[in-house]
Amino acid sequence: MSDGTNQRFTETPLVRRKQREERFAQWLFFAMSAAMIVPLLLIVGYLVQRAWPSLSLGFIIDVPVRGMKEGGIWPAFIGTIYLVVLSLAVSAPIGILAAVYLNEYARDNWFNRLINLAVINLAGVPSIVHALFGLGAFVYAARFGYSILSASLTLAIMTLPVIIASTREALASVPRSFREACWNVGATRWQTIKAVVLPNSISGILTGVILQVSRAAGETAPIMFTGAVFFKAVQKGDLFPYNFNEQCMALSMHLYTLSTQVPGVKESIPFATAVVLLGLVLAVNAAAITLRVWLRNRKKW
Amino acid sequence: MSDTPQPSITTRSLNLWYAKFQALIDVSADIKHGLITSLIGPSGCGKTTLLRCFNRVNERYGYVTTTGEIKLLGKNIYDPDVSLVELRKTVGMVFQRPNPLPISVYENVVFGLRIHHERSQLTRAMLDEAVEKALTEVGLWDDLKDRLNARATSLQLEQQQKLCIARLLPLKPEIILMDEPCSALDVEGTRGIEELMFALKGRYTLVVVTHNMSQARRASDECIFMLLGRIIEHSRTEDLFLTPKHPKTAEYIEGRYG
Repeated sequence: MSDGTNQRFTETPLVRRKQREERFAQWLFFAMSAAMIVPLLLIVGYLVQRAWPSLSLGFIIDVPVRGMKEGGIWPAFIGTIYLVVLSLAVSAPIGILAAVYLNEYARDNWFNRLINLAVINLAGVPSIVHALFGLGAFVYAARFGYSILSASLTLAIMTLPVIIASTREALASVPRSFREACWNVGATRWQTIKAVVLPNSISGILTGVILQVSRAAGETAPIMFTGAVFFKAVQKGDLFPYNFNEQCMALSMHLYTLSTQVPGVKESIPFATAVVLLGLVLAVNAAAITLRVWLRNRKKW
Repeated sequence: MSDTPQPSITTRSLNLWYAKFQALIDVSADIKHGLITSLIGPSGCGKTTLLRCFNRVNERYGYVTTTGEIKLLGKNIYDPDVSLVELRKTVGMVFQRPNPLPISVYENVVFGLRIHHERSQLTRAMLDEAVEKALTEVGLWDDLKDRLNARATSLQLEQQQKLCIARLLPLKPEIILMDEPCSALDVEGTRGIEELMFALKGRYTLVVVTHNMSQARRASDECIFMLLGRIIEHSRTEDLFLTPKHPKTAEYIEGRYG
């Protein structure tokens, strides 16, 4: 043990070079994250700034007046909520239960793999294709007409594949050993699913479902073809203004109309509509994240 | 003290907290150079934590606080001029589950070399030589010399664990830390790894955490018995098992608790 030992573990030029690379890599990754976040913040900031003169609670619960040039967006706001709730009420149970079957019961054979492939590919089909399918299937063939029902079912068809895919992923992330533990005390598959699989994957399933809320709320093409309408006279703040067999207004459609079809709209109104749409989606996602954090805190592994 | 080797690891009043929980309390030990030292004690007594201090992996977790001194080969590893990269190159670690990387046997062995050298410094001949030397040292060369391109994860567990040891050797480590290296292996595998430990001792200092009392007895020169974060007894293995000084040690090695 001579004096030389004190030089142990000190940096060599190579280590210093590697550390420079490390810092560069870290900086690069940070820069890319910033490049992702900054434009988003700028967009939101710009929207809010332009929308500011119109933003108020009154704007949400007021009806449009003077040929939609002034006033609020209540008919579109409540219409979007109708469409989203109804479409998810259809697609979430079907999607989740189908995913449970595919993941827990179905044998892993070529047919199952084919279905899986089809589901993944369906998730990538453009929304305009779903729109035309909805038009043909629900509006004409099933004779639902241009209505909330047709539009919601079309949105449901559109969100279904993604819900199935994300639910399967959540189910697959539950360790196999948990299932084996259950089977080995003689539990049936359904008991296993109820007692172990679903409680441990519920947060992932919910995340997948709720992400589809924003998609259903934001898509314009499917509802434009099947049930959304340019204008509908509605009472201010009326919570149940529509029947399911009627057409309704929707935020995304309303935004499109205001910014391209109606001349002389007060400048801040389209921006305010966009902010409300964003805010609605954000509120739903925030609720989902809160729920997920709460569920995950109960998770013990 | 002329016949006892120089210590290669020295700790002085080492304390370690996971957040508020103190996992190591005033640990002072001298681990001798070139010997196999085993750390024994019941679960949760701090064996693994102590082992992980020696190459500073604990601090990856933000909530760990350490005080005290750890000297490796005469150098305090908490000195500001210590480079973690160089430290971990010198102090290798073998884990409970064999963790070969999912690449070929050959690439696993040269992985460290590739990380620690410029590409231009490494010739094919050098790499080939390093692979042969490392695999020969752990006794895998004859079995694997024709299968160097096989996926490392396709080997038997014992071979995988030996490969994980071989992966450390090309970097010329001084100290090899083993965290229950045999607990995933069967009797044959355990014997294989223990024979390998004997073959490696002398050139390397080995520190082995084990739950298996008879393994500690068979395969180590010195034994450290820990309980609730403290070192209770540290002596030559025969002395510790035949004439334990502390009553707690005696109870533990007789299997009354643990």
